[in-house]
Amino acid sequence: MLAIESLHVRVEDKEILKGISLNVGAGEVHAIMGPNGSGKSTLAHVLAGRDGYTVTSGMATYNHANLLAMPPEERAREGVFLAFQYPVEIPGVSNIYLLKTAVNAIRKHRALEELDAMDFIGLVKSKMKLVDMDEQFLYRAVNEGFSGGEKKRNEILQMAVLEPRLAILDETDSGLDIDALRVVSDGVNALRSKDRSFILVTHYQRLLDYIKPDFVHVLAGGRIVKSGDASLALELEDRGYGWLEQHAGAAS
Amino acid sequence: MSTELKQHYTAQYSAIKASLPGMGLSWLNTAREKALANFSESGFPSPREEEWRYTNIAPIERRRFSSVSSPFEAVDRSRLKQFSIDGAASLVFVNGRSNRELSVLPEPARGIIACSMAEALELHADRVREYFAGVLNKESNGFLAFNTALFTDGAFVYVPQDMKVASPVHLIFVSTGADGLSTTRNLVIAGPGSQAEIIESYIGSEESGYLSAAVSELVLAEQADIRWSKLQCESNRGFHFGGLYADVGRYGRLNHANFSFGGLLARNEVHVDLSEASECSLDGLFLCTGRQHVDHHTRICHREAHGFSRESYKGILDQRARGVFQGRIIVARDAQKTDAEMSNRNLLLSSDAEIDSKPQLEIYADDVKCAHGVTVGQLDEQSVFYLRSRGVDRESARNMLTFAFANEMVEKVKRPGLRSVIQAELLAALPQTGVRKEWL
Ligand SMILES: Nc1ncnc2c1ncn2[C@@H]1O[C@H](COP(=O)(O)OP(=O)(O)O)[C@@H](O)[C@H]1O
Ligand SMILES: [Mg+2]
Repeated sequence: MLAIESLHVRVEDKEILKGISLNVGAGEVHAIMGPNGSGKSTLAHVLAGRDGYTVTSGMATYNHANLLAMPPEERAREGVFLAFQYPVEIPGVSNIYLLKTAVNAIRKHRALEELDAMDFIGLVKSKMKLVDMDEQFLYRAVNEGFSGGEKKRNEILQMAVLEPRLAILDETDSGLDIDALRVVSDGVNALRSKDRSFILVTHYQRLLDYIKPDFVHVLAGGRIVKSGDASLALELEDRGYGWLEQHAGAAS
Repeated sequence: MSTELKQHYTAQYSAIKASLPGMGLSWLNTAREKALANFSESGFPSPREEEWRYTNIAPIERRRFSSVSSPFEAVDRSRLKQFSIDGAASLVFVNGRSNRELSVLPEPARGIIACSMAEALELHADRVREYFAGVLNKESNGFLAFNTALFTDGAFVYVPQDMKVASPVHLIFVSTGADGLSTTRNLVIAGPGSQAEIIESYIGSEESGYLSAAVSELVLAEQADIRWSKLQCESNRGFHFGGLYADVGRYGRLNHANFSFGGLLARNEVHVDLSEASECSLDGLFLCTGRQHVDHHTRICHREAHGFSRESYKGILDQRARGVFQGRIIVARDAQKTDAEMSNRNLLLSSDAEIDSKPQLEIYADDVKCAHGVTVGQLDEQSVFYLRSRGVDRESARNMLTFAFANEMVEKVKRPGLRSVIQAELLAALPQTGVRKEWL
């Protein structure tokens, strides 16, 4: 599904990602953990196509196409979804308007007809149940005045409605209480399927109690310094990141 | 200003004099001739005047506009229909003269008057005389003199004491003639404790340009409550000068909203004098693109204590357009406990577009709350990326955000029928890719 090879990325004059290689197969769930400032969001943004990052070398292939050459909207239409660490508030654009626009842009790309109003509202309402959101949120401006937890749920709602093939969740668990964490995790688990892959960027092992990853990677100082299975997350819980960062320092 | 130009308008006056409304009334003749003399003296405002620094009206001076007949057939009916508002009475004026066939007169109700100025000067001349130019007297400006001398019609609305009028009165001014002149004068009197809604719409179908010079006077007695909306949707070659001069009595309230989407060169003025414990809100939205120049000039004067005012204007400027916002708030020495806020937020969509924003607070009292803020910015790139990451293309994302910025002002409009007219005009004026009315 996704193959990242030796990706180097700069922001302004600073090298942030220093050679990331990662293979995500169809249906797999990869967790990326690591200390603050290690480059996790940078990786997520580069995959989603945000401006302001310079890829100095390396590549990312998505379903055999050059992901990095596509504009962000095309990536989205091809099934890449980023749940933002800090979702943006957009006054004046209602949630339902955004969802309608997004669903139909993606359907058009896939040569499908626009959903009629009834089918659309039916789809959205069924997905809202999944994330336990009240219908009134549909008519409010995107994320405007939402609490931290509501914003994260709204990201998961969008993901559920858009049904991506590759979902990248950037610290969707941060700042959630246990109930919200369970709602978000249930939402993700309900969407797991053999052709849908996930990259879960997280700071804490806690999320992985609810969503069982196939692989865990540790990103430190712009490199993946260790990869393993779900048990690696538990080891990190016990030992912290310090031993790995020293390891990374010694290696460079 | 050239002598030849002044002579042109003096000759205009002589040519149409016999057909001007109220010509038999000596007090009005005197007022017109005095105004004409003032205009011949000073002409149109010059950029040397502080209030006109950012708006050069030379393009108006280069033209010779003349009063034209108002053939009913020349009116684009489908355009007019776009301005119809459910439940509203409408008075339609074509090239500055009222047109009965196109108007939908209000249901007759006890004591209310809503008719053309020409009719009012025949049937209610004393009422008109009592108020005419009363609010304007304090103002001086070439356009006002021009208007007083040359107005060919307008609307007269009188709402008696404690009368609450449920349906709005919609004044629609249509200009059709090439190089035509639409000079109108409105007078609205709201009796003590009365309530009413007025809507002014300006539309034009002539591509070769015309001048629409409209002046409204509004008098609110104690506790009167008026909601007034103006839609400036002149043709894109049209010139527009529009001024509202309002005097709000004690405990009175004026809610004004200004939507300015059309015209090649447009100047909108709103002047409000507030008495003790009275309040006003002034909202505005202007859009300009191409080489449009749109100027908003507002003045709120808190003359007495305990007044309250809120002003919020938003501008969107694209291509080589130029916008001006001059907002003045004056708090007189006796106007203690005044609470006034003013904001002007602008969105520049092109690097060639320009806005001059000039808030002015003149405070002579010491116990007041006054605040103002101006912002000029571009679309937020983070928001654009957020939308694109959901599959929306860049152009649509930008248009959605631009629409959202503007729509905030439209959402404030209370009456659904009016809101939908404004929203349709807004959608027509903005690039439409990515914005779908039926989804809103
Ligand atoms: N726009 C930017 N300009 C400058 N530095 C940035 C920018 N974005 C991120 N960085 C830097 O890149 C590093 C990685 O940041 P980020 O990817 O957000 O880390 P993480 O998500 O792992 O906490 C940090 O040192 C951060 O300060
Ligand atoms: Mg981060």
